[in-house]
Amino acid sequence: MGAQLRVYKRRIRSVTATKKITKAMEMIAASRVVKAQRKVAASTPYAQELTRAVTAVGTGSNTKHPLTTQAETVTRSAVLLLTSDRGLAGAFNSNAIKAAEQLTERLEAEGKEVDTYIVGRRGLAHYNFRERKVVESWSGFTDEPTYADAKKVAAPLIEAIEKETAEGGVDELHIVFTEFVSMMTQTALDDRLLPLSLEEVAQTGSSAAAAAGAPKGEILPLYDFEPSAEDVLDALLPRYVESRIYNALLQSAASKHAATRRAMKSATDNAGELITTLSRLANAARQAEITQEISEIVGGSAALADATAGSDR
Amino acid sequence: MAAELHVALVAADREVWSGEATLVVARTTSGDIGVMPGHQPLLGVLESGPVTIRTSDGGTVVAAVHGGFISFADDKLSLLAEIAELSDEIDVQRAERELERAKAEGDAAAERRADVRLRAAATR
Repeated sequence: MGAQLRVYKRRIRSVTATKKITKAMEMIAASRVVKAQRKVAASTPYAQELTRAVTAVGTGSNTKHPLTTQAETVTRSAVLLLTSDRGLAGAFNSNAIKAAEQLTERLEAEGKEVDTYIVGRRGLAHYNFRERKVVESWSGFTDEPTYADAKKVAAPLIEAIEKETAEGGVDELHIVFTEFVSMMTQTALDDRLLPLSLEEVAQTGSSAAAAAGAPKGEILPLYDFEPSAEDVLDALLPRYVESRIYNALLQSAASKHAATRRAMKSATDNAGELITTLSRLANAARQAEITQEISEIVGGSAALADATAGSDR
Repeated sequence: MAAELHVALVAADREVWSGEATLVVARTTSGDIGVMPGHQPLLGVLESGPVTIRTSDGGTVVAAVHGGFISFADDKLSLLAEIAELSDEIDVQRAERELERAKAEGDAAAERRADVRLRAAATR
């Protein structure tokens, strides 16, 4: 076998092996998207009911609460960025990071300090490489987040928002995550969680609630609060933040799997194309080799015939 | 006045139970509260405790609920809990082990959770 042909054969083998791997990853991601989507759907009733309750307290009482009232001058905001632990998901992580950077720039232009909180190793690596300050980060659960994970993430954020600004507390809480629109579309977006703007809650609810067709512009009855409106609000708002973060984590996970699936699908397709091209080249090389061998044999025998004819004379 | 309550018991990650009921008893931070059809709109903070739902067909559903809210309006009642388990879903042995462990470690919250689970399980 000629050197050229051997090189082609080797490359075909290697690309075939890669194709098998990407194909497997594509199928794993596809099954995980479905699972993640189901989890998003399962968390929807809770998010929806909680949003309703928050709206009810917000509109049905005149209670002032640090979590609902807009600070007069916002000096510091927290930005929570949700990325994934692993790459191989196309532009998934870079889109989320880009959205977070745009948001940070915008907030800084408004004269606010920005505290960054990050979920997922990818985002953390990005910030660490650029030596940017990250207040707190979490990783290890981005593929399948649980409610306990969401609580873990929410706890320091709620603490920061309850603290006075002078002592290092924050006045606003923004979240950047990738919304799962459909299998083909996922968009990185930013959202202000706190302080709540009640009109917005009433209109859109959480994105999950809106997706499930939450009634819009519903007139809520006057509620009786047990034990009191303040206590209810105190207990309700942290849960609301947790549930929003949980929902964002789930959507982010679903988006990540969808992005992985797409990236791996195009990798598999590319590998297939590459194999076709390489096989054609290998065939041509083999044919060239055969042609050369034939012409060598023909040429050799002709020379031999000439030589014997010459010696006879 | 409608004679039925539409009850939805939802945990953070799933809907635990939903259906029609005539009476729901839950434990709020200021004591047990019973809700029947036609009750005044209500929003309360729940304590860790058992929730009893008397269904329209005469049955009783008991669930162990750990923290959350009760919200009622328009004969629609929702119980929101971070963790909620129906009595027949509870693993009694595990809850007993948890109770032992919590007692040994003096973890009051865990002890209370295990206790609520056991009491809910005892009603089935």
